[in-house]
This record gives sequence, structure tokens and C-alpha cells, in this order.
Amino acid sequence: MTEYEYSSDEIMSVVGSRQLHDGQVCFVGIGLPSEAANLARLSHAPEVILIYESGTIGTRPDVLPLSIGDGELAEQADLVVSVPEIFAYWLQAGRVDVGFLSAAQIDRFGNLNSTVVGSYEDPRVRLPGAGGAPEIASSAGEVIVMLRQNARTFVESVDFVSSFGFGRSGEGRIGHRGAGPTVVITDLGVLEPDPTTHELHLVGVHPGVEIDQVLENTGWPLQVGADLTTTQPPSVEELRILRDLKERTALAHAGSRE
Amino acid sequence: MAEITSLRTAIEDLVPDGSVVAMEGFTHLIPVAAGHEVIRQQKRDLTLIRMTPDVIYDQIIGTGCAAKLIFSWGGNPGVGSLHRLRDAVENNYPRPLEIEEHSHAGMATRYTAGASGMPFGILHGYNGTDLVDHTNVATVKSPFGDELVTAVPALNPDVAVIHAQQADRRGNVGLWGITGVQREVALASKTVVVTVEEIVAELDLRGPNAAVLPSWTVDLIAEVPRGSHPSYSMGYTERDNAFYARWDPISRSRELFSKWIAEYVTGPDDFSNYLEALDSGTLTALVDDD
Repeated sequence: MTEYEYSSDEIMSVVGSRQLHDGQVCFVGIGLPSEAANLARLSHAPEVILIYESGTIGTRPDVLPLSIGDGELAEQADLVVSVPEIFAYWLQAGRVDVGFLSAAQIDRFGNLNSTVVGSYEDPRVRLPGAGGAPEIASSAGEVIVMLRQNARTFVESVDFVSSFGFGRSGEGRIGHRGAGPTVVITDLGVLEPDPTTHELHLVGVHPGVEIDQVLENTGWPLQVGADLTTTQPPSVEELRILRDLKERTALAHAGSRE
Repeated sequence: MAEITSLRTAIEDLVPDGSVVAMEGFTHLIPVAAGHEVIRQQKRDLTLIRMTPDVIYDQIIGTGCAAKLIFSWGGNPGVGSLHRLRDAVENNYPRPLEIEEHSHAGMATRYTAGASGMPFGILHGYNGTDLVDHTNVATVKSPFGDELVTAVPALNPDVAVIHAQQADRRGNVGLWGITGVQREVALASKTVVVTVEEIVAELDLRGPNAAVLPSWTVDLIAEVPRGSHPSYSMGYTERDNAFYARWDPISRSRELFSKWIAEYVTGPDDFSNYLEALDSGTLTALVDDD
């Protein structure tokens, strides 16, 4: 294999995309999850079914949406439904296999915070809020979390549980229908919950990343799995498709009003 | 039956100070022109409801029109924060803003309950999250089994404000594409104001997911071409993505925000003057100069 360069965002998107396969129904958010899901659709999983919370089902956008409700998503969809319907009939009823989520913080038990940094009553930073995430975390068959890893984002305990993982003390799914977060993809590696304790532990590192580097960027004493793997680097083909997609997207979004 | 009037009259008549106002439109069909008219008329003590506050509520909150916000996701989509909203919550500027927040599904369920005349709606979710302790929900057991679900209270705003592609001369409203919660909010609210791209002889429902609000479910309609800018109206306008990116530095600065509002909202007489000012390109100059 020839030597080539790729960014940390690119390896996150590529690893995210590899989680998906044909026939899966995937609930997608904006940002890296959208990149990952569309990379999967444009490479190894052309029959993956993408749903965005604006009500667009089975959509095949030619460029990545800037917002969750871009016209592109509606125009390229199999069907478009209302927002109450997407959350009730499609998500909560259990028709979604995989949900992609990100957040400002994640804790050792996979709980996600997208609400506040600091106290709720007097927040240091008021974040946008929960949006569609709590019910994705509750009802999707499984959840893939994508989040850049450092000691501020990977914390012992989140300031606010916006989306439920396995609870503040790792008690488990307490009646939620989906399996919860099954994999956490970062710019350094891959974490998974322990099947018994539900605590996230390190199962893989990306090429060139040292274990110590991951430990330093985690706000709790991170356990390292016995069978630690090294991520297969992005292939030339994966990078080509991803970069083409991003280039098309940048061109499309550079246009201004009307 | 709906009456066709001007936007100024519609907001004067149906959005009094202190009222509970829901301006909906999920990224698409956001009633921005109506929001500007609220600012122009210097409304006070409004309770604003909206799933995704977006730039429209950032502007209304930043000008001090609102006492309370009920919402589920308050960001600038694809860009970052709504800094006027953050300044209100974090620093009580320009006035304290009470907030009540839910998830998207919670808000959608609340509107659906409101539209159905039900006291509450139910959904799966909230269980185990900190939202439970900071908003108004209850866990209830199914009367037909053991399953536990979350109950959320109905929303019945004083007035719903939405933007649609078309209305016909009898006041029937047609909208299509991503229709969000607009039917629910219209049917949940005591009164309904609709701005439309165009008043037509006959509705021409040409996109996916087309819906009609019959004239007798709507109160006042105003024709405001491009009235959702910088959002979009499928079949009429494109989303102005560049505007959302340019809004970030304006929203970050109290001074720049005030200048922007004076130049683009309170300065112009109406939305068509705003669009003219935008088209002249001075928005870019304002940001670049600072």
C-alpha cells in the first residue's frame, strides 16, 4: 500500500461508515454522522436507508445537508412525513436499526450531554439542547456515538444527561427499547461498553495513536480491552468518495441567497 | 373563514403583548417576515414556542420581546450557537429569559395533543434523563398493561404563525416538502396567522408531502414573497446557507446585532425593504467593517 495522508475527521467518518450495511435503517444527524452515513451509502452499502429527523425517509442527497431540513433531503427522499410522524411511527415504534449521535460530553457509561456545561440553573455554557437525541438514544436498535476525544468531552460524569446511555451508575437500559450505545468512535480510537458493567472501554486505536494518548484524553481511568485492535486505515477508494462528496458539498453551499 | 390582510395588521391584531406565540417551520418555511414584524412592533413579554428557535428567535430574543422560551433545540443549524439566546440565558441580556425545554419528540407530542384537544400526549423517552427534573413531564403506567410511558402536557398557544407556499383567494393554505409540525401547531392554537409566498387562484400542490389547511382553520393570511428568508420555501426559494454562516459574528456581538436590527429590521418599513437592503450587499459590509 502506498503512503497517504488523511485527517482525524476523515478516519472518524470512514470508521463510522464501516458500521453500516445494506438494508439497515439509519437515523442520521448533521455533521460527521451525516458524512459517515452517506459515505456508506456511496461505497459499500448502497441500500442503507437514511432517515433525517425533518421527516425525510430513504433519502439520497447528492451533497451533504447543512441543516437537518435542507431541500435536497426532501427532493431525494422516498417519502417525506411530518415531524410528529417521524418520531412516533418511525423512530419510537422501533423501525430504526441504528442511530448516530454526537454530543458535547459523554461519560464512562455512555450518557450524553448536549444541554449545558455547568449547572442547569446557572450554566457556564448553554448548549443547543437535546433535539431529537433522547428518543434516538431510547428507541433506535443501537446507537453509534461519534465524538472527538479529550478530557473535556470524555468525562467521569456528564453535567446533564440529555440522552440516556446506561445511566449515571451504569445500571443498564431501565426499560428503554434499544440496546443503547454499542460503539463510540473518536479521533483516537474506538470504545465499546463492557457487556456486564456497561462501562466504556478501549477496543481499538487508530493508526499511529498510542494507548497513553487515549488514556490522557479520557476523564476517567479508561480500561483497555484485552484484544485491542488497530483500525484499518482509510482506503484510497474510501477517501476518494468522501473527498468528492465534501468537495461537491462545499461548492453547493458556497452559493448565497436564491 | 380566513381573511387576507397585510402582515402588519395580522401581527397587530393577533399578537398582543404577553401572548403565547408559536412560530413553526422545521428548517423549511420558517416565518421570518412575521418575526421581523413582531420586532418592528416592539412586542413585549411574549412566551415564544418553537422546536428549533433558529435565527428568527435569536433576533426576537435579542431585541427583548420575549419573557419565556419553550423549545427543544436552540442552535444555528450547521453553524453553531444562537448567541443572542445564549446571552439571554447565560447573562440575562437584554432581559432574563425563562426557559422550558423538551426533546423534539416531546414537543411534537405536545403539539399533537394540543391539536387533538387532549390534556397530554405520551411517548417513549425522557426516562433516566435529567430533562425529567427540569421540565414538566410525568411517568404513567399503561392502563392496559404494565408498560411505563412518559406523559407531556398539551400545547395550546394563543397564536400559531407559519409560512406556506400558497393560499387561494378563499383562504385555503397549501404547503409541501418538509412540513414539520405546522398542521399540528395550527390546529393546536387558538388563532392562526399564515404568511404565503403567493396568493393564487387555485392551490398547486406540486411537491412531496403536500398538505392543506382549510380556510376555516386559519384566521389571517398575508402575502409575503420570500417571507421565509434565510430559510426557504420549496418550489419558490433556496435556503440561504451563506446567511446562516454570516449570522454567527453578528449574533456574537451585542453592538453588531443592534446595528443589524436597526439597519435591516426596524429601519425598513416591511420585509420587502429588508430584502432590498440584503440584496444591496451591505450585510457583508457591516460584518467585514467590524
